[in-house]
Amino acid sequence: MIAQLLANGVILGSTLALGAIGLTLTYNILNFANFAHGSLLSWGAYLAFTFALAFVGANSADFGPLSFGWPLLLALILGAALTGVLAIVVDLLVFRPLRRSNVQVALVIASFAVSLMLRNLIVVVWGPEPKYFTNNIQIQQQILPGVRATPDQIFVVVLALLLVVLLHLFLKHTRLGKEMRAIADNPVLAEVSGVNVRNVIYWTWVLGGSLAAAGGVFYGLTVQILPEMGFNLLLPLFAAAILGGIGSIYGAVLGGFVIGIASDLSVAVISPGYKPAVAFVIMILVLLVRPSGILGEKK
Amino acid sequence: MMGLLSYLVFFLIIAAIFAIVCLGLNLQWGYTGLFNIGIAGFFSVGAYTYAILAGPHHAARLGSFGVPFLPAVALSMVAAGLAALLVGLPTLRLRDDYLAIATIGIASSIQLVASNERWLTGGTQGAQNIVQPLAGTFSSSLQYNLFFLAMMLVFVAVVYLALERMVHSPWGRVLMAIREDETAASSLGKNAFSYRLQSFVIGSMVMGLGGALYASFITFISPEDFLPVLTFQIWAMLIVGGSGSNLGAIVGAVLVWGLWTASGSLAQMVLPADLQVKGGAFQIVLIGLVLMVVLIFRPRGLFGSRKALVSHGAKTPE
Repeated sequence: MIAQLLANGVILGSTLALGAIGLTLTYNILNFANFAHGSLLSWGAYLAFTFALAFVGANSADFGPLSFGWPLLLALILGAALTGVLAIVVDLLVFRPLRRSNVQVALVIASFAVSLMLRNLIVVVWGPEPKYFTNNIQIQQQILPGVRATPDQIFVVVLALLLVVLLHLFLKHTRLGKEMRAIADNPVLAEVSGVNVRNVIYWTWVLGGSLAAAGGVFYGLTVQILPEMGFNLLLPLFAAAILGGIGSIYGAVLGGFVIGIASDLSVAVISPGYKPAVAFVIMILVLLVRPSGILGEKK
Repeated sequence: MMGLLSYLVFFLIIAAIFAIVCLGLNLQWGYTGLFNIGIAGFFSVGAYTYAILAGPHHAARLGSFGVPFLPAVALSMVAAGLAALLVGLPTLRLRDDYLAIATIGIASSIQLVASNERWLTGGTQGAQNIVQPLAGTFSSSLQYNLFFLAMMLVFVAVVYLALERMVHSPWGRVLMAIREDETAASSLGKNAFSYRLQSFVIGSMVMGLGGALYASFITFISPEDFLPVLTFQIWAMLIVGGSGSNLGAIVGAVLVWGLWTASGSLAQMVLPADLQVKGGAFQIVLIGLVLMVVLIFRPRGLFGSRKALVSHGAKTPE
């Protein structure tokens, strides 16, 4: 049973890792905890859901054993791009005016308000009922001794790992990626070295927003799509970012999987009703023992 | 006419409860610069503690201690203060927003306890028949509510005067000094962590007081009453009224609660039946817009002090 719980944790971890990357990036570069980040996961899932609906019927043979075909993959890409745009729009409308005024502390409150607004706009547009990408029921198959998973779940984990590798290559080998890392390490030094900070901030929102959207779609594929899903994932996302060390992208990935696995493993010991609290407990422990996280630098 | 009067009395009682919670937040945020995004959690600890201590005998749930009203309220405040200590100790030494994240965490964990531990809280079905102070002394519910309103005004006045005294004492001046410039305050020998913790715990106890009064008035509480939207409402009240002003906290509570109920009634009248579910969502978006506009265009709110806003905060590029 432990092996199965471990596998479930890896699946949840795929969503958390992708969501935590954007959170840790904006946290480090813009220096505030963005409570609206969870809502980007929800919006990504709902946007992709809408595109997927629009594509239904358009020559949609499913991929082998998966419950979906090209339409969903296309919807994922479009939804991720639009979520990146949404993140920029929120930044332009709310966060940037606040950054420029003297009241920078208000950013956290504003992001909390944005998070509730975005979540309730979802209720206004799509309604409060849960949505599903597909109505097909998938059968779990044995993939390892003692571990069963649906083809969709395997797809989610593989695609998440693929995205992490792509992100790694992007950060390592492209100019923009290097600039992002430079700003994350030392914003002032990056600026005097000629990095166009504003430009990089926009791309950071696009990157963070679209990865969050992918995380949201993954959650939608493996659990369900709900207006409050992003808000409920917020705490695990912060726990992952803090555990990994704020600003550390690899730390966020590691943190996401650790939090996902720990949450699902906890079911073996405590009542499943308390599963959402596991992330909180881990976060408090990290803050007590090593506030800079596993891969973070001491400030 | 009587209907309108009862409605107004009911409205004012709830507004007064929110005003108390908002005063607690003002001590934390307005005077000390602490982000508490788990207000609903401390409020619910107060409410449930009161329900358990003062509650009637109930077969399925802990209760029937028969603690009288005032001691039960006082103990509810203590319970909320203990919850605050739990969050404050690990986080108040670290950067500002870790506290915010931790308070969200404690609020959702408290909500999990409230939903899961039926023996303690009544679970998702809630705790019913909570004891009201002086129940049965009055002949009509309007008379009772008028009494309760008078009592609430006394509570608001006491909390207001106590907080005013505190923030204008040397203790309060240290809080503001730490908020403005922690290094300078520390170099004068003030232990910033200890002062922050005191402010955080006292503010949360005031929130717990609000929760206990809420439970004693409504007589029924369930986890649904303590959603994050409550935290959001209180924040909107403080920002609109003006953080750093206790008068602003009270006025903001009445104004925003008025806007909230008015928009709720409007949504009920205007929206067709099938869209009613979305009415609450519209309300939240509306209050959010008000909050944004105030934050961006008049960050000091109606009564806030300009001083409370300058200089504090981290530098970001751009």
